[in-house]
Amino acid sequence: MSKLTKDDVHPKIIKALLDADTNITVEDALENEMILNMGPQHPATHGVLRVVLRLDGETVVACVPELGYLHRGYEKMAENMSFMEFIPHTDRLDYLSPMSNNVAYALAVEKLLGIEAPPRAQYIRMMVSELARIASHLVAIGSLAMDVGALTIFLWTLREREKILDIWDILCGARFTNSYTRIGGVANDAPPEALAKVKWFIEQYEENLDECERLINTNRIFIERLDGVGVISAEDAIEIGLTGPSLRGSGVEFDLRRATPYLKYEEIDFKVITYPDGDSLARYFVRADETRESIKIVRQILDKMPQGETLLNQPKKVLPKKTEIYSRMEELIHDFMIVNFGVNPPVGEIYSAVENPKGELGFYLVSNGEGHPWKCKIRSPSFVNLQSLPQLLKGRMISDVVAIIGSLDPVMGEADK
Amino acid sequence: MATLKENISFKLKEKFPEINFEISEFREEVTILFNKKNIVEVCHFLKEDEELQYKLCEDITAIDWAKRGDRYSVVYHIFSLKNNTRLALKVNVDESDCSVDSVSSIWRTANWHERETYDMYGITFNNHPDLRRMYMPEEFEYYPLKKDFPLLGIPGSLPLPKK
Repeated sequence: MSKLTKDDVHPKIIKALLDADTNITVEDALENEMILNMGPQHPATHGVLRVVLRLDGETVVACVPELGYLHRGYEKMAENMSFMEFIPHTDRLDYLSPMSNNVAYALAVEKLLGIEAPPRAQYIRMMVSELARIASHLVAIGSLAMDVGALTIFLWTLREREKILDIWDILCGARFTNSYTRIGGVANDAPPEALAKVKWFIEQYEENLDECERLINTNRIFIERLDGVGVISAEDAIEIGLTGPSLRGSGVEFDLRRATPYLKYEEIDFKVITYPDGDSLARYFVRADETRESIKIVRQILDKMPQGETLLNQPKKVLPKKTEIYSRMEELIHDFMIVNFGVNPPVGEIYSAVENPKGELGFYLVSNGEGHPWKCKIRSPSFVNLQSLPQLLKGRMISDVVAIIGSLDPVMGEADK
Repeated sequence: MATLKENISFKLKEKFPEINFEISEFREEVTILFNKKNIVEVCHFLKEDEELQYKLCEDITAIDWAKRGDRYSVVYHIFSLKNNTRLALKVNVDESDCSVDSVSSIWRTANWHERETYDMYGITFNNHPDLRRMYMPEEFEYYPLKKDFPLLGIPGSLPLPKK
């Protein structure tokens, strides 16, 4: 970190730092305050998060997170393209779990249109979002462990994640930016090889997770770096808008899959994992246990998955299959109309939210009856979760900063939109 | 059993007989439109009421209607952890008086949501503790999500950082 000059930090950020409520008592205060800039290029900030810290000795007195280094203006772009064209862009929001973003967006548009995907498509969507949850939590666990010095775990969890990426490769031909969902269903039916691979994955996963946990759960350094670090109470967590594992780590049993069931989650038996402590360790435990719960869900999905169509048959609203476009006149016309003029939902506005690995991902769509949204607002969980950073960091040591950021698991692609 | 819409409209009319609420429903979502000067008291009531308990503020954003008389709408999405219901609150804001009272004293999470709305639409929030731009640099003069801001951006509006 190079030395900061006064011109490098905007006066308003300095003002925010100095105005921050700093009524903490520091034992043996060194009384030499300084301002330290961390990021936007720093390995522990998980992307381009910039945190300006006001330090007293090694203690963080106040902190101001600065966002926007990855701001690409997706909300503006969404207003200028049809509903369908925006699906690939949702991949780039939370790039660690593109599948669940696809599902979230497709559900939002379907709600606006007033249609529902066929049952098999819904089960496939549920399966991919649970696998995406596992993949995302694996990265979160691995990078958290790496942030506090346990490097091996990162390699092991990424090895597991690699298997999920292989499943996506078979399922839709892409490993990272999937764009698998369509409005009214999914791009293609899950082939038997993909389902067989999912089955194989869930059989061997828990054993491998146990192996990882054996390495760190009894590791004194790992536990002591996280235990009691970055504590947030349940009331504060709700007040500050935390969702997802970070909220459940504070003991609040809130999960949108349970609170407002979407897809077919009401037919699935699963537990909402909570830990009461509200510290970084609790957030880590929630993530690890949630992947086990996801395995349980995927197992039920594979048992219950019905046969049938994976794309809704509604020619005016859903794009027809490619083979039909080339062979039938009607379908060609519909395809032309939808691609050129878009699906025209009724005038209205909806807010649709799903439980993503990081928390609640919501899409607020406003339609004025045309083929493109009048407004598309993305409520991203990482953005809101990062807001708790000043509170979590206050009074902690500078070395805890990386542990706390890691335990919140922000993804800047989503926080900056 | 009373629906959410009936229940909310009964409760609000009982508590605030002098305020005119326009309650609409679309796709089973209830939206309440009212005057912007009442936003703080209505939000406070919805959060603190024993039966409603809208403790979680999910999202605050604005809509630019471009040609309408009251150019903007500010929309609040709030969620009740007790009843598992969602509510959208909406207030209209005119361009001549482009400000709303901040609700960050009620939900602390509103702080960043309001900063983002200010950054994107230029709507100022009165009594906000720290109203800075959220994403764009402080020197940026425009508000990118306004409908009159071009998609391609304005050349020269984002200066390169000094070497």
